[in-house]
Amino acid sequence: MAEEVLVFGAWGSPFSRRVEMALKLKGIEYKFIEEDLTNKSPSLLKYNPVHKKIPVLVHNGKPVAESLVILEYIDETWKDHPILPKDPYERANARFWAKFIDEKCLSAIFKACWGACWGEEKEHEKAEIEHEKAVKEVSELLQFLENELKEKRYFGGETVGLLDIAANTIGYWLGVFEEASGVELLTREKFPKLCNWANEFVCVTAIKENLPPRDKLIAYFRNRFGAGNASK
Amino acid sequence: MAEENKVSLHGFFASPYVRRVELALKFKGIPYEYVEEDLKNKSSLLLKYNPVHKKVPVLVHNGKPIVESLVILEYIDETWKNGPQFLPEDPYKRAQIRFWASFVHQQVFQNMVLILKTDGEAQEKAVKEVSEKLSLLEEGIKSIFPEGIPIIDQENVGLLDIVIVSTFSSYKALKEVLGLELIDLEKTSPLLFSRLKALLELPVVEGALPPHEKVVGALKFMRQNALNSASV
Repeated sequence: MAEEVLVFGAWGSPFSRRVEMALKLKGIEYKFIEEDLTNKSPSLLKYNPVHKKIPVLVHNGKPVAESLVILEYIDETWKDHPILPKDPYERANARFWAKFIDEKCLSAIFKACWGACWGEEKEHEKAEIEHEKAVKEVSELLQFLENELKEKRYFGGETVGLLDIAANTIGYWLGVFEEASGVELLTREKFPKLCNWANEFVCVTAIKENLPPRDKLIAYFRNRFGAGNASK
Repeated sequence: MAEENKVSLHGFFASPYVRRVELALKFKGIPYEYVEEDLKNKSSLLLKYNPVHKKVPVLVHNGKPIVESLVILEYIDETWKNGPQFLPEDPYKRAQIRFWASFVHQQVFQNMVLILKTDGEAQEKAVKEVSEKLSLLEEGIKSIFPEGIPIIDQENVGLLDIVIVSTFSSYKALKEVLGLELIDLEKTSPLLFSRLKALLELPVVEGALPPHEKVVGALKFMRQNALNSASV
């Protein structure tokens, strides 16, 4: 049975890596197409004319866009190693937290790491206050995730699930942002469960094989956004 | 042994997000208790059920809360198998509907809110955004129904229909509040408009929408509030 699975993505993007992680978990073969986001290919623009973004999954010529939509599509199409539980309430829970991570956490983290502008001397105090506020917000958001983890090994329970994959931004990219910007956010004292989870998460084969090299990623973010808020 | 099936919904009459959940419950014929929240004085129950966002709608099913309107719609669809199925069986069609529902929810609606809450250049920009998004949506609707759109009735209404009617039903009220028609929906989005019209004629929908004057009052209040706080 000839089946063609393409993934349009970028090496450093947690969103396209999510798609690859899910496919790897399920043992699905695919062809990866690296996009230069400053010079998007005609194929990408054809497959995602609405947002013109990666990731896009193309299954037998039919495109699916938006990483969380893609994850659900993958789970519904390839039934082995399910990433969503069967119970509707638990499914709703996983979907809720995945949206929470995407809609609230990422922008807050970015703001805490790179948001404030260290301009003139008199701007420093204002920027300091803004920075503290941003760090506090991230702390509150991470606390929700810490509480959600409870005593589970993974967000998905005994095995990695959709929410774990969606939380790749927290499990790996957050550490990269911290190191690139010098801002500490995911501390072991405040978030022991989340830190344990992150350590377990990056060891899972399907995940480990899909993490971009740490040094390369740190250099990329430092280059792109500057040395970050912790520097003076 | 009869299974307990207690359903309550915390909402606010003018919220399109709440409207979606009400429509879903009514289409499935699920009895529920409605709790109107005063958004300036949120109940302790609401804050307990939705500590993360502190927002409506919250669906409570046998004591367990579910939040985020699109997550709630899928939960309802997966829990109650009677009545219309909001999502089709085919994973690709499901992905398309989830994509466009999210598009209306985030891209179109947010800009419609901006049209209400701003004036001058900011409003012009929002109008332009909505027009562009509506063109894309029109193409999207065509792609979901390549053989033409089936006639709507209470048995085949879907998730995207519920999102469409809840988002655009206040269209006439918005026109009245702004004093003019900034977007001619019938002209720019004929497919969307005819679908909306058909949906508005369904008895369940007619029964679920608040009276026109009440919506106008709520929108006027929101606009006034926003313009007052915007002016320095």
